[in-house]
Amino acid sequence: MTERAPSPLLLIHPSRGLIDEKFSVIVQHLPPFIEITLHALIHSDDGDLWEAFGHYVSDATGLVNVDSNASLGGTYDGLEPMGLLWSMRPVPGSRLGLRLRKKEVNTPVVVTISVYRGHMGQGFNEQTALASVVAERWYMAPGVRRLDITEAGVTGTLFLPSGPGPFPALLDLWGGGGGLVEYRSALLASHGFASLALEYMTPRTSGDSTSHVGNEYFEAAFTLLKQHPQVCGDRIAIVGLSFGASVALGMAVYSTVIQPRCLVCVSCSHVQPVKGSLSDVFADISKYVHNINTRYDEENRVIWRDLLLPIPTDPTKKVDMGKLPCPVLLIVGEDDQNWPATESAEDMKQMMEKAGNSHLLTTLSYPGTGHLIEPPYSPHVRVSNFMMTQTRQKILVLWGGDTAPHSHAQEDSWKKTITFLEEHLYRTTSVTSQSQL
Amino acid sequence: MSTTVHMLWGVKDIRVLNSSSTLSSTMATISPLLSVKPTRGLVDEKIQIIVRNVPPRFPVTLHSLFHSEDKDYWEAFGHYTSDNRGTVTGTAHASVGGTYEGTEPMGLLWSMHPAPGSRTGLRLRKMNVLTPMVVHISVYSGHVTEGFSKQSPLATVDIERWYLAPGVRRIDIRDEEVKGTLFIPPGPGPFPGVLDLWGGGGGLVEYRSALLASHGFVSMALEYISTEKNRASNLHIKYFEKAFRIVQEHPLVMKDSVALFGLSLGTSITLHMAAYSKAVSPRCCVCVSGSHVQPINSPFKDVSEKFQENRHKIRFDEEGGVIWKDIMLPIPTDPGLKVDMGRIKCPVILIVGEDDQNLAAVESAEDLTQMMRAAGNEHLLTTFRYPGAGHLIEPPYTPHVRASKFMVHQTGEKVTMLWGGYPKPHASAQEDSWEKILRFLQQHLYPSQDSVPKAKL
Repeated sequence: MTERAPSPLLLIHPSRGLIDEKFSVIVQHLPPFIEITLHALIHSDDGDLWEAFGHYVSDATGLVNVDSNASLGGTYDGLEPMGLLWSMRPVPGSRLGLRLRKKEVNTPVVVTISVYRGHMGQGFNEQTALASVVAERWYMAPGVRRLDITEAGVTGTLFLPSGPGPFPALLDLWGGGGGLVEYRSALLASHGFASLALEYMTPRTSGDSTSHVGNEYFEAAFTLLKQHPQVCGDRIAIVGLSFGASVALGMAVYSTVIQPRCLVCVSCSHVQPVKGSLSDVFADISKYVHNINTRYDEENRVIWRDLLLPIPTDPTKKVDMGKLPCPVLLIVGEDDQNWPATESAEDMKQMMEKAGNSHLLTTLSYPGTGHLIEPPYSPHVRVSNFMMTQTRQKILVLWGGDTAPHSHAQEDSWKKTITFLEEHLYRTTSVTSQSQL
Repeated sequence: MSTTVHMLWGVKDIRVLNSSSTLSSTMATISPLLSVKPTRGLVDEKIQIIVRNVPPRFPVTLHSLFHSEDKDYWEAFGHYTSDNRGTVTGTAHASVGGTYEGTEPMGLLWSMHPAPGSRTGLRLRKMNVLTPMVVHISVYSGHVTEGFSKQSPLATVDIERWYLAPGVRRIDIRDEEVKGTLFIPPGPGPFPGVLDLWGGGGGLVEYRSALLASHGFVSMALEYISTEKNRASNLHIKYFEKAFRIVQEHPLVMKDSVALFGLSLGTSITLHMAAYSKAVSPRCCVCVSGSHVQPINSPFKDVSEKFQENRHKIRFDEEGGVIWKDIMLPIPTDPGLKVDMGRIKCPVILIVGEDDQNLAAVESAEDLTQMMRAAGNEHLLTTFRYPGAGHLIEPPYTPHVRASKFMVHQTGEKVTMLWGGYPKPHASAQEDSWEKILRFLQQHLYPSQDSVPKAKL
């Protein structure tokens, strides 16, 4: 009986990493100059399969290393060490409109990385791989603590870094999709920030199925953080995406209770009725959403970016950015089809220049990038299902972005977000420079 | 841990006592930024520790703490001074004192020792490989040498150190005679195989096999000296041949690519099998801290028998630690008392600690090399000798112990065995030899391109 050829040696390092950590993928003991496909597979919490693949050719020593070899095709190409993760998409035959989001942060995302013979584009589950390994990708570092928060009328999850603290803190606000989304906070806690993921768009947080929460709710959440024994009360920031970022801007300018040290606003707009509460904001937006001016693309997916355009000149219709008291990092996807992030950013800049506080503004603008700018190395989706909170209607929303530039934007903006937060929340100021540690 | 609760209360009290206007100026409790990467690594993976945001030129202590399965505390620490930017980097800055000195990025792991007040004679061995070792890495203000549990660190990060990569499968092997544990890498295989033999301490020790499987080898940890009273030890060559065949015949193993890996008595068994077994033929052999000196016509002597017969040759160090290295000295000239190294037909890598106090590893290495030279098969031998390294040369970054409690099974005596070695050179030996062993196994267990011209993947 002829001896089966050995399995090539496939090694991933680290085999257990944080979601935002890079990994190296090296295949050895291949024959020289042969075509192989590297394939990544995730079986999501929702039961869907996501995959990515890249085409490579082994070198003279039978080696493929994603750090130094370019992919010649597949779901990503070029020298892209992390392409196997960020270029993932649902396998052929999957349900439409999927988005990959980890709900259970106590467990890792398990990725199976395999090597196949030849340059394959499909039918991976019908072939035997040459080699296969498993990598774990975690949102939570060891020692990070997760606490359910249900006090002071606030619903959310608090993640605390390991160690005695106290820690600077973050109020973490997601967008109009609602629910309690924990993974970004878990990851931020893994970087040393106490982070409160706040649930605010779900009917139960207001106790009323038709109205949304008022400003007092966010103030209560902020105060809860401020008073927490393991939080440095004067070093709290707000990180917001989409509608959450708009809320953050409004609160920072108009609330006397919420005094963030800085803001990170991703894919947002300052356009909102400023005299009212959140409910009023929503009522306004609902008016637009159901009107005939909603655009659809050729595949009947909703494009909402026009709803807030043109950017109003009426000051009662947008946050007075000239009154923003703290530094703000604005992250903008130039292909954002959901919110007019670019136009808003431009208008915000003008308002701040006129008012003389533009030194507080840092804008990161990324071409080819859509609305959902999230922590790096998870798959980009240009479109996904969206449930309208009030009507419970399910539609397909166009978020925008092309996979490669969007993924690079996620990697770059996340790094800069962490640096920005460390800069404003960890660095000692002149006030505290004489303090003894 | 009760000290954690105490620290939380302490922080709360400070906040209550200070008025809010002075709170920010006394907000000296802001934590520096401590990062350790990877947070979850394999035991043989390096870590990168960076402390940021302490004042410039500030003295700090990096500290590690581990609570073992046996409930002992192990710790290590290094004294540093931050640079002008208030940063300390493990890979670039030198420790000026503590349990290790110099630029030693892994010092917080390999220089660990039992915390003051611990029981004596401890050795750190992970018996349950399905869970990680959780190590608490902390940074303290100033150069601290003791009382770590009574002080609040500036920051702490927990890291996990695993012997098992994700996807590696663990299988109990309990056939009528053979007792062991098989570890299989993830994937369709086939894989090269290893039979993993520890020494005279006995029992079923899994961690090295788990780690080998994490590197792509099917590896079986074999128990051959039982630590249970009602189970006999099995030192007959047939037992090892049977175990070897279990690995070799596994459907996911390449039959012609199975190695023997031995430490101490395991090495004696390895060399004996490589030279004399008619039933099995290892593709290559890894021989750590071992000897070819043994009577060849009888089953391997249990170390306790050797102990009995050679009591007069046993020495003691100043602390009563038992030194066994002289038991086999002088190296016999009688061929009946040592493995005929000229009969070995496969590559051998020999790892020798020059300060081995348990076994005459250096003298044995010299003798066996001469035998191979005389027989014309010396080209098969690669030897690595490590000055200052002791007997227990294990996978890297776990603590070295110069002596530890050892149970001599037959007599039930518990002695303190002197293994030898000094922390830094022994740690370097473990790091270097492990890398060389893995490369050796890969080189010999994966067929080279010219030897399988017809193999199609």
